[in-house]
Amino acid sequence: MQIATTGLGAVSPGFSDPVHDAQSVFSAVMRAMSRPGRIEQINERLEAPSPANNAVAAVILTLCDHDSPLWLDETVAGAEELKSWVRFHCSAPITGDRATADFALVTNPQSMPDLDTFALGTDEFPDRSTTLIVQVSSILENGGWVLSGPGIESKHKIRSDDLSADFIAQWRSNRELFPRGVDVILCAEDRIACLPRTVKIEEG
Amino acid sequence: MKQENFYNFAYLDEQTKRMIRRAILKAIAIPGYQVPFASREMPMPYGWGTGGVQVTASIIGKDDVLKMIDQGSDDTTNAVALRGFFELTAGVESTTETSEASIIQTRHRIPEDDLTEDQVIVFQVPIPEPLRFLEPRETETRKMHALEEYGLMHVKLYEDIATHGHIATSYAYPVKVMDRYVMDPSPTPKFDNPKMHKMAALQLYGAGREKRIYAIPPYTDVVSLDFEDYPFSVQEWPDTECGLCGATEVYFDEVVTDDHGGRMFCCSDSDYCEKRRAAGHTGKQPDQAAEV
Repeated sequence: MQIATTGLGAVSPGFSDPVHDAQSVFSAVMRAMSRPGRIEQINERLEAPSPANNAVAAVILTLCDHDSPLWLDETVAGAEELKSWVRFHCSAPITGDRATADFALVTNPQSMPDLDTFALGTDEFPDRSTTLIVQVSSILENGGWVLSGPGIESKHKIRSDDLSADFIAQWRSNRELFPRGVDVILCAEDRIACLPRTVKIEEG
Repeated sequence: MKQENFYNFAYLDEQTKRMIRRAILKAIAIPGYQVPFASREMPMPYGWGTGGVQVTASIIGKDDVLKMIDQGSDDTTNAVALRGFFELTAGVESTTETSEASIIQTRHRIPEDDLTEDQVIVFQVPIPEPLRFLEPRETETRKMHALEEYGLMHVKLYEDIATHGHIATSYAYPVKVMDRYVMDPSPTPKFDNPKMHKMAALQLYGAGREKRIYAIPPYTDVVSLDFEDYPFSVQEWPDTECGLCGATEVYFDEVVTDDHGGRMFCCSDSDYCEKRRAAGHTGKQPDQAAEV
């Protein structure tokens, strides 16, 4: 019998210590989600499958599995290396329907689909929404976005220049949907910051 | 044979942890909303903190320091049993000192000392649905949360006043989180409700039997429900001080000390009381310390 091994030779390793590395990355994501706009360090080093960066790969390994459909944006929808890697390590179903995806990987934030085209949850189950994993080149501390809301004592300031110009306006609409809405994990190479649906972003 | 080899780190398998971790992130993003999760059977009965244990097992790392309290005390059965569980399955360091801990799991008090940004407090929750005793149907309570229809809860508090002359609910006192969701703060004495408001630490709530996880992020508004003419107030013990350390502004346990009607009040938070005694504070019945 022939066993299909297409592409598997190209699959790079996952965490060197799956249990503790995943815990450490989750801990960073949880801190970032509970303190929106505070930048957390991802210390785990991975051979991330192209074109994903290190933080994106770490977050996917930590959160995705066969129970959580993953949507890929146009840029990576054809990236066989990444898709084989996701299938091999996470068994996450890769879906073309972002309105039902638990997670969405956006590697080209400039052409990110409108936020309201992802799963937004329902009034009764607002948790049935998409978490966007957005790959950015950098997250700037003390940047031009002024964040406020739960998890923030007074103000947090960050910025990512990779996102499209109308992101702030889209985010305002997303926030108005509360308790529905999407949550965002911004992933630079070894840094992450989270934007849960509660956070208010103003250009400052 | 080494016992710890029998289990994955912190008992739960990795897929279960991922499922719980996803629920925790959603809970943080929607403060006060109860996220359903696929609660597992744990090697302890429901009611012993299976929800809290699953949350702690999913967030704990090998460098974490765990404090486990049952009411305020580190020394009571539930706390000792669950601390032992994590020492065995995760091999993590445990402590009784509030300030030393990175994760505090509690049933159900919040320590007297202020918690910090670097800490997480995990609550064991028996009945997560604040409206459950008013409306038994999950389909209905879910709709009530969706529509923000909380009039029934105010009726309950009003009936308290009509019957007792004051709001007699003294624990599991309903709160409103971020002006949206009404939440049951687990059967925490209402004395601790004000501590939830804008707490620096992340609060996670796990209900194992009822399969719900919810959260309050740091610095989030948490308001105890009340009426303008019957404002929320916490328990008070006039003219009472801790028999061991002399503290007054704390939550008290009443302890029977002998068979002849002898009794004393002492701090419910055992670590707080020990620290005060170590710092030289003393109450009127210090010789009872060994008994308590």
